[in-house]
This record gives sequence, C-alpha cells and structure tokens, in this order.
Amino acid sequence: MSTVPDDLQYSKEHEWVRADGDVATIGITHFAQEQLGDVVFVELPEKGATVRQFSSLGVVESVKAASDIYAPISGEVVERNVKVIEKPELVNSAPYGDGWMIKVRLADKGELTQLLSPTDYRSHIGETAGAGGD
Amino acid sequence: MVTEAPTMRRTPLYEKHAELGAKMVPFAGYEMPIQYEGIVAEHRAVRGRAGLFDLSHMGEFFFKGRGAGAMLDRLISSDIAGLAVGQARYGLLTNERGTIVDDVIVYRISESEYMVVVNAANIAKDRAHVLARLGEDVAFDDRSFGTALVAIQGPRAVDILDSQVGSSVRDLPPFGVARRHILGHPDRHLVVNATVARTGYTGEDGFEVFVANADAAKVWDALLEAGREAGIKPIGLGARDTLRLEARFSLYGNDIDETTDPIEAGLGWTCKLDKVFTGRDVIAAKKAAGPRRKLVGLVIQGGVARHGHEVTHDGEVVGQVTSGTYGPTVEKNIALAYVPTPLSKVGTALAARIRGKDVPATVVKTPFFRRPE
Repeated sequence: MSTVPDDLQYSKEHEWVRADGDVATIGITHFAQEQLGDVVFVELPEKGATVRQFSSLGVVESVKAASDIYAPISGEVVERNVKVIEKPELVNSAPYGDGWMIKVRLADKGELTQLLSPTDYRSHIGETAGAGGD
Repeated sequence: MVTEAPTMRRTPLYEKHAELGAKMVPFAGYEMPIQYEGIVAEHRAVRGRAGLFDLSHMGEFFFKGRGAGAMLDRLISSDIAGLAVGQARYGLLTNERGTIVDDVIVYRISESEYMVVVNAANIAKDRAHVLARLGEDVAFDDRSFGTALVAIQGPRAVDILDSQVGSSVRDLPPFGVARRHILGHPDRHLVVNATVARTGYTGEDGFEVFVANADAAKVWDALLEAGREAGIKPIGLGARDTLRLEARFSLYGNDIDETTDPIEAGLGWTCKLDKVFTGRDVIAAKKAAGPRRKLVGLVIQGGVARHGHEVTHDGEVVGQVTSGTYGPTVEKNIALAYVPTPLSKVGTALAARIRGKDVPATVVKTPFFRRPE
C-alpha cells in the first residue's frame, strides 16, 4: 500500500478525499493513523448532518489521545462507515480502504481546489520518495 | 524553532531505544520511550509472553544504619518495621495533613540497609521530605541518577531472567528481593551485580532488576536476546500505563497526590494504623468518619474518558476522572474517578462528560483485570 496514494486529495490536517461525481469519501491518512497509534474509538456525524470545510466533523481516539477529524470539504453526510465505528482498528490497518469515515454530497466542488495534491501532501509530511511504511 | 529544555535527562538505555525505533517523549525530566511497535501490541506481549521496560528514571534512595528501619517505619504508612531482610513492601510517604507525598516500594536489602524506590517526578520533593525527617543514626544516599532499572514482566519473565542469572530467581517470592549476578548465559560473558526483586506495575508476574548505569545496556541486551524465542518485546510508557490501569495500580500525579488521602484513594490497606507514622491520626480519623468521596473503577460505554474529564450523575457534575484509557486485555474503555461515596457502589450508573457529551459509565469492581492463576 502506498502511504500517499496518487488518486486522492489531501488536507494539511491529514485527511484524504476521494471525489466521485458529486459524492466524496473522506478518511484520515496513513501518516495520521501512524501518529495516532492504535485507534480504539471513532465518533462520526449522523447521515443527513452537514459538515463544513476545515471544521471538526468527528473524533478519533487512540489509546494515547483524542484527535479531531476535520472536514476537508463541505457537504451533507450521505453515509457514515458503520464498520469503522464497530472496528476502529480498521483506521490503522486500512486507512484508505475499509477505514474510511464518511461520504459527503459536495456542497461546492470549488473547495476541492483548496486541497493538496499527493505530491504536495508528501512534502507536507516530509516524506521523500521511497520513504514511509508498508 | 522550538528547542528542548537543556535539562532533559537520558537514561543509559537511550541509544537502545533509538536503535529499536522508539517514539521518545519528555517524562518527568527524562526523554523516555512511549512506544516501540504500538501500545496495544506491547500490552498484549506483556499479558501473553514477556516485556522489557526501561524504568531508569525512577528514583532509588538508600537508607543505612541501625535506625533506618525505625525511621522509615515512621515516614511510610505500611509495616516497614515488620519487613524481613529480602522482603519488599508497598507503602505511602504521607505528610502531616494525612495526604500522599508519594507512593513507594521499600526493599530491605540487608539487616541495616533499605532501598526506597520513588516516582521520577517526585525525586527532588521526596529527598527534601526525608532529609527534613532524617534520624541522626541513618545515612541517606540518593542514587537515583546512578542507578538503572530494567523490569521484565509477563508470564515468561521468570524463565527468561532465570536463564541469565548465576543462581535461580524461581524461588524468589512475590515482593522478595535478593542480590544476583547477571551472567549472560549461555556463554557467561557478563558479571553484573544486580538487585533483583519480584515486583512490578503490570498485574503480571515479573521482576525489577536494579543495576549500575554502566551495566544497564548489557543487561538490556542479554534479556532481549534471551527472551527472543519466548517473544519478548520492549515496552514503552504507553503500555505501562494501560497495563497498570487494568490492574488498578495508582499513578502518582493522576490518581493520588497531596490533595488525596489514602482512604478515599482505596489505599487504606497500605496504612498500618496501629503504629506511629506521619499523618496517622488524620488518616485514622478519616477512616473512622468514612470518606466523602471514593476512587472507583468505571467502564465507559462509548468514548475514552481521560484524566480531568468530569463525571456526572443526572446531568450534574459529581466527580472527576483521574485516569482513563482503552484496556487492550479487557477490551473496554476503563477509567478511575473520584465520586461521592453514595454514588460509589458497583453497578451505579453515572456518565463521563467527554467533549461536552455525557457518555454512560458504570461503576465496576476493580481491578479491571486479574491475572488468572
């Protein structure tokens, strides 16, 4: 698994976005889960709630500490990942797969331009080519 | 640019932690490993196999002389006068107000010599406390900065340590202490003088091995190597905290401090009230009157309660969480909290206020985890 997949966009707060039409999937990055350590609790907004770009949408708790998840884009929550609430360790084992957080109907596609490209995100986390984990 | 405080200390095992890829954090003035592989994996290694801890930040005070035992018996809440040579006992350093200056383990090393192990954050405070009360016939020596402490804990700890010592440690009873040589079997390449005690802070069988700083790395390497087949792992402070909390051992600065007394903290069992010790009368009176609040175990139904979170009952703040985490062995979010005595019964429904929300929490029996015999 790449630690910064090329087909996603990123926020400085270490969330990723996969936009598909007007729906976007949101999760936290490999770097974020590594910094957090073992994730033991995830709190996500209900379906129908609205999230605002760069505002807190929920919380991940690791054994060590709680951290906010910030919405990389604004919109209405169309689905939340029930599996990750039941098995928070999915955030560690599959941050870009089964460990996704919510799906959002994009309020403003223009917001996507404010996110980081994979290259920019790599330099944001100080990752050089070839470095990083699994 | 942020620079580290110049006074940060390193233990003699600092290089080992770096080689093992530990995440280092400041703790009690030291740069300490908080985790290597991950807290949950390390926690499970200790419960299932064995773990190795660098606890060299802990303080070691030595008291020598004919009056040492009697003096310590007056300073510490538990029965130190009754300690035989080769025995250790947990107890509290108390003050005149009957509150807790520190929690310590007293080891009777020989007829007239005792070692008292104190919390790293309290070394300076405890030193001042004992120096102000030192008897004339007692020599005090603070060897905290010259002494390293390596703990090996878990069901396989006894086999691993036993393979490295000159004479067996198998017969050392819980809270027994003895001098041993670490020889580094099978090739006996070492001769390290160690004080070995069957004590720990994990709820598992295990040992604490005190050696001079210069010998720490040799002992660390020997035990890691000897334990490799058994699956030993180096363990950071993160898992040390989850292990001790499951076993309901108090953490000084979190669960107990100079604003808490032994009775409300559930440490009345460490107070020998039929002897004279600092704060004894206040503590005896508190025991007789019954504590107004008690430190209880909580299981939180959603979310992790942390130190400082409020505890509520019917929406009203009634207490405070002192420690909280996810317990990897019990697989629950657990916490310790001070609550009013009427709300301290097992089964009482309370809540922990986590990020402004009252999350259901139930008072449970502690320890959360007890090692199966």
